[in-house]
Amino acid sequence: MSEPVEKFLCVVNGKQQIMEVPDNTLLLDWIRTDLGLTGTKQSCEVQVCGVCTVLVDGVPVSGCTTLAYEARNSNVMTIEGIRGTAFYQRAEEIFMRHSAVQCGFCSPGFILTVFTLVNAGRKLTEHEIKQALHGNLCRCTGYKSIFEAAIEVINSEVGLGK
Amino acid sequence: MSAPTIDERDLRVESGAVGVNHDRIDGPSKISGKAQYVGDLNVPGMLYGKVFRSQIAHGRITRLDVSIAEAMDGVVAVLVGSDLTDIDPFYGHAIRDRPIVALDRVRFVGEPIAAVAAKTMAQAEAAAKSIIVEFEVLPVAADLDTALAADAPIIHDGKTAAGFAHGLGNLPDRDGNICYSYSLNTGDLGSVTSADNIVVDHEYIFPAVYQYSMETHAVIAEHTGTEIRLWANCQHPFLVQSEIATLFNLPISSVRINVPYLGGGFGSKSYTKMEPIAAALARKAMRPVRIVNEVSESMVTTRRHNMKCRMVTTAKSDGELVSRDVQIWLDTGAYADNGPRVTATAGDAATGPYRWQATQVRAHCVYTNTAPSGSYRAFGATHLQWVGESQVDEIARRAGLDPLEMRRRNLLRRGEVVRVNGKPLDADLIGDIEKVAASLGWGEERKQNRGKGISVGLLAAGAHPVSMASVRMDATAGVSVLVGSTEMGQGTRTVMAQIAAQVLTVPMSTVSVPEADTRFTPYDRSTGASRSTTVAGKAVERAALAVLALLLETAGQIFGVADVSNLDVVDGSITDGKLSKTFSQIIKKRFGFVGGELIGHGEVKPEGGSGSYEEGPVFWEVCIAGAEVEVDKNTGVIKIIRTSSVADVGQAINPAQVERQDEGATLQGIGNALFEEILYSSEGDLLNDSLLDYRIPTILDMPETMNCIIVENGDGPGPFGSKGCGEGALAAIPAAIVNALGDIGIEMYELPLTPERVWKRIQEIQEIQKSK
Repeated sequence: MSEPVEKFLCVVNGKQQIMEVPDNTLLLDWIRTDLGLTGTKQSCEVQVCGVCTVLVDGVPVSGCTTLAYEARNSNVMTIEGIRGTAFYQRAEEIFMRHSAVQCGFCSPGFILTVFTLVNAGRKLTEHEIKQALHGNLCRCTGYKSIFEAAIEVINSEVGLGK
Repeated sequence: MSAPTIDERDLRVESGAVGVNHDRIDGPSKISGKAQYVGDLNVPGMLYGKVFRSQIAHGRITRLDVSIAEAMDGVVAVLVGSDLTDIDPFYGHAIRDRPIVALDRVRFVGEPIAAVAAKTMAQAEAAAKSIIVEFEVLPVAADLDTALAADAPIIHDGKTAAGFAHGLGNLPDRDGNICYSYSLNTGDLGSVTSADNIVVDHEYIFPAVYQYSMETHAVIAEHTGTEIRLWANCQHPFLVQSEIATLFNLPISSVRINVPYLGGGFGSKSYTKMEPIAAALARKAMRPVRIVNEVSESMVTTRRHNMKCRMVTTAKSDGELVSRDVQIWLDTGAYADNGPRVTATAGDAATGPYRWQATQVRAHCVYTNTAPSGSYRAFGATHLQWVGESQVDEIARRAGLDPLEMRRRNLLRRGEVVRVNGKPLDADLIGDIEKVAASLGWGEERKQNRGKGISVGLLAAGAHPVSMASVRMDATAGVSVLVGSTEMGQGTRTVMAQIAAQVLTVPMSTVSVPEADTRFTPYDRSTGASRSTTVAGKAVERAALAVLALLLETAGQIFGVADVSNLDVVDGSITDGKLSKTFSQIIKKRFGFVGGELIGHGEVKPEGGSGSYEEGPVFWEVCIAGAEVEVDKNTGVIKIIRTSSVADVGQAINPAQVERQDEGATLQGIGNALFEEILYSSEGDLLNDSLLDYRIPTILDMPETMNCIIVENGDGPGPFGSKGCGEGALAAIPAAIVNALGDIGIEMYELPLTPERVWKRIQEIQEIQKSK
């Protein structure tokens, strides 16, 4: 391709990466295709389903509607970066216990959203948790098990609001 | 299929694997994002494929110019219809009506005309955009009424070519745009009419629906000249293998399909979808190619049939059902896909599980210039149950009967005929519906603007009863289960592991269930129709029993026992009551060193017949649910307060997974009932081709209470008396919601129940009441 390509730095899951892609490249495509981090999924491509959720400087964004360029010089966190944390271990155990996973396509996105809620450090009511999770779609579970698992994870990390 | 023999039951040992909520064996890899789906896979030398699709609904191709695309950077090949002259390029398991790419004519917006293979996705997309096509535009039939009119444009010419797996007996020729009709008659409608009868007669509309498996259709194809390899997210790898082999003139065994995890299926990945075009493109490119659909492309790859239905039910004044007359028109889009089977299953579901003096069902599968319709969870039953059950409720109201009592009086009982020459009723429907009613607080005082509804139906389940499985036990007693059921979220790998672990009395941690690979995994007809646990699971049980027989054979020699029935199998060991030998000790003794393996084969095939649909089904899947809803009469907005569904599963292999299946089906039922609807213009343009405009249920649409009642009567033909589940709630929930609205006087004849539609109906009813 003859498109002009600039180089940028970007820290992904704690590791410095050189971003060298056409400026119309989506963050999702850079993560999945160039970095080979396929835990972040692609589905609706219009910021509705949440399977492409990644954190840019701690803020959850949809990789499908974010340019890689917008994440230059920042810290990007994907499911691969969260996997090794103590938070993740507890969350996985709780999600498993509630059997809150079926096809698994939405699961990393839900984990990232719950991680963001926990990181905010604020006690959340069940109503607030439900509102926060409505940007993640799941077609398999009927949500009940995911909702119950998310409540338990958040309660165990920061407690529930009243 | 038959019930387990006494021998099989006696060999079973309580190891605690079945009936227990074992963790999903694929859970951690999915939650952590390690699980790989087709779109995550790379094959060396792989190119990226992009399909060029029709922008018009009906026309003859007068010019197709791909020369610009072929000359673009990174482009390796562009597939067009003229590349397919050396093969018969038509496919379709029911009716072979569909070319791999359009040859001279397009029949729906989104129909593939060409496909590009390039080194990057961006290059493939850019090249696809540069393709030039011109048409002679033909008249469009974008809906059922237009397609059925006397002067309708005819969408397919020539004779109907039967597909290899239609399962429909004789397939007569088309009649105009009707590609298939199914009829079912009992008794004589004319002789059972009476002037005193209650008669309910309405026309009903059911919308087109998108399955939306979150992972879209995806396939990697490689054609080496003598072999085709596919990595595909298909539900039925062995049917796809067969169809691809036929298309490309290869022996079946020269087509190899690997099926990694599916990101949902729900029927959308049943039968052949994107595999032919990917294989043809790879053949031309002479390199592997990966095609991953966008959502807008998957929406035009397959969808649920929209339907028009006219139903007349009559009953005596005391509520005893007398007759039902049903006409059904299902819109199968431009190509038949699974439409004929959907039509027959809809016909089977039309009369409901009731006792009748006479019935007449005429169901028609109709071509239109819209995207092809195929399977979606509980097809046919979802289409008809809300229609039939709302008529049963209307009769109950007019007869002054409680809907529950109405059903007690009229429902079939175990052993009664459901469909002449088919399997008699194999479940306790009255017991099931009473459990649902109880959980809804049936008969409690009514709250304002709240109604309750229940519904009962049956779904012909199991498809053709042919499945094979292998169970291999290595020298350390580790077990591999090779079975073709594809893991699409339903949890089949976990269930198969539980079945094998139970039979072999080994821990779940020692059992693995790899992905289906047609080169090594034995044949399995399909993953769908709620058949995996029942049919493929039976094959796994038999394969595990065959391994156990080998262990007992060697153990008999070790213990010097001629009759191995005197030996006990306990927790991975065999004992004669005094001495005990572990499986690995027995295997070492058999082979003389630490090596070798035991391989057991399990087979399920039709018993006492051909296994046809007419003789079947394998079992009747019970579709029973209830709902309580609240209606805002000022806005028409419906809120689902609670739902309750029955999973009548014979024996739950994994109760938690059963509950999750019902909960998932419940939310899909809510989406189908309340707001999901694919919209077409009269010109055949798909108007809501993204998740922005086509809304599916979010967590905010979850009912306040969602209850799944597991019923275990041990009456299934599967392992341990099990039978399948997971579809029934989707058929039953829309019907329960419609009946809950009827309960507060809002009888609805069209889905989805959008606020606008409900509000208008409320005004209409008020007008009628005023004029009385």
